[in-house]
Amino acid sequence: MRDVLLILVPLVAAFALLPFVYSNHLLLFNFIIFIVLAQGVNVIYGFTGYLPFGYVGFFGAGAYGFSLMVLHLQAPPLLAIVVGAAAALALALVLTPLFRLSGAYFSIANLAASLAVLQVVANPNLENYTRGPYGISLSGIFNPPLAYATAVAILAMTLFAVIFLRNSKFGLALQAIREDAISASMAGINVVRERVIAWLLSALIAGLAGSVFAWYASVFYPETVFSGEFTIFAIVFALFGGTATLVGPILGVIILYGIYNAVGISTPQYFQLIYGALIIGLVLFLPNGLVSLLRRWGIDVP
Amino acid sequence: MSPETPSLLQVTGLVKRFGGFRALDGLRFHLNAGEILGLVGPNGSGKTTCINVISGLYAPDGGEIRLGGQSIGGLPSHRLVHAGINRTFQIPKPFLTMTVLQNVEVSVAYGGHGQEGLDPHYFLKLLDLESHAKQPAAELNSAQQKLLDLARALATKPRVLLVDELAAGLNPAELEKIAAKLKELARSGMAILVVEHLMGFIDQVTDRVVVMNAGKEIFEGVLADAIRNPRVVEVFLGQDDAA
Repeated sequence: MRDVLLILVPLVAAFALLPFVYSNHLLLFNFIIFIVLAQGVNVIYGFTGYLPFGYVGFFGAGAYGFSLMVLHLQAPPLLAIVVGAAAALALALVLTPLFRLSGAYFSIANLAASLAVLQVVANPNLENYTRGPYGISLSGIFNPPLAYATAVAILAMTLFAVIFLRNSKFGLALQAIREDAISASMAGINVVRERVIAWLLSALIAGLAGSVFAWYASVFYPETVFSGEFTIFAIVFALFGGTATLVGPILGVIILYGIYNAVGISTPQYFQLIYGALIIGLVLFLPNGLVSLLRRWGIDVP
Repeated sequence: MSPETPSLLQVTGLVKRFGGFRALDGLRFHLNAGEILGLVGPNGSGKTTCINVISGLYAPDGGEIRLGGQSIGGLPSHRLVHAGINRTFQIPKPFLTMTVLQNVEVSVAYGGHGQEGLDPHYFLKLLDLESHAKQPAAELNSAQQKLLDLARALATKPRVLLVDELAAGLNPAELEKIAAKLKELARSGMAILVVEHLMGFIDQVTDRVVVMNAGKEIFEGVLADAIRNPRVVEVFLGQDDAA
């Protein structure tokens, strides 16, 4: 409850109110999307130890699930978001056999899977269904204020999910599985089932983010919503801040995505230098993220 | 043992193959409620494999395992835990970044008896770990990690407890304590299988031993008789020169 009051409520309120005083709404929207995605990575990596290099696949599945509902069935956006989330869940279910792999093998197979989905969606022969490589245009439902508000709601749900994981027996079971799957099963935990639930939750989060991204952007290409940059950013933000915490991924996004926007777009060469130095410094000195530094100073971080 | 009162755990013709090697080759033994049975044998005779198969880490390739008359061979570990089987590991495997208390809490919560008001602190006190409750398990020494492993197992209220080389690495005072605890658990009705190399410990805690060699039992009875049995002497010490 403390986490809800001290972190979820202020953060959600900030993103709900900032558009009234700050005019770059797209930037605020992108911050929301990256916090949601970094928390999605946190759910699967922080709590189970599986690093999803193809995480963007669920984001893209959400974006296309949403768009196809709107294009072909003229569905209202809020219903289409549900379908987008369902598309991401369906993809996650199809990919559950990947859990037979571990470590880097899982990550690489997941990356390959997301590329495969991109190739299918962007296939010119499927133009009648997915618009192939020519991209999606949803001008009919263009409504940035409502899409933004929906994104804020998704942010609140995501943060709530992570707070739940950190404070529930289920979250404890996931961490036990991450530490030692065999001991976890001897504690009576159904390792396969709990891991799949975390995987589905993580995919659901990305699917919701992808759906609302498609709605907000309204015009995009397959390469946009299946861009590996989403995965890399989300993973780096989550790791930089510290996984298996609530605050870590949020800090990671605010600091790193902040730097990216401050210098990355005007002078990309400096941005890459700063980014590279930060990440090397992190790996060498703070492998458990920024929050581990705060913990070392005796500050308990949720 | 009459057929009307079957043993709590009954193992018959158990086979486990690794490639062409038969780690268990028709093993047969039984374990009664309230009894401590020692499983001894030279290195590689299949003792740990036996525990791994009974606790569901490996599926058996043949034979039968019955718990209270129900066939349980090949069930996944978490279902065996819920059925009442648990174990400790030769090399303890606690959840290192979690606190000692959380290690036991998760076991209480998922062990299948979570709603019956079991107190995780009870198990920590039982094994002298209460003063470490808030520490991460990684900060415990290896003897304490073994005790935590045991606490994690006990927190699921097992009917059958498989103990894999718990004594190795404990000092004599700790050994004395743990022996007393195991006996106490057995008196409460738990069936305990102890795999151990320390014969003094086996002698102290067990009611009966099964001696294994090459995946099969070659002797069953009390330890004092085992050391006089020529086949047992042969597998431990080698054959008589004159033979």
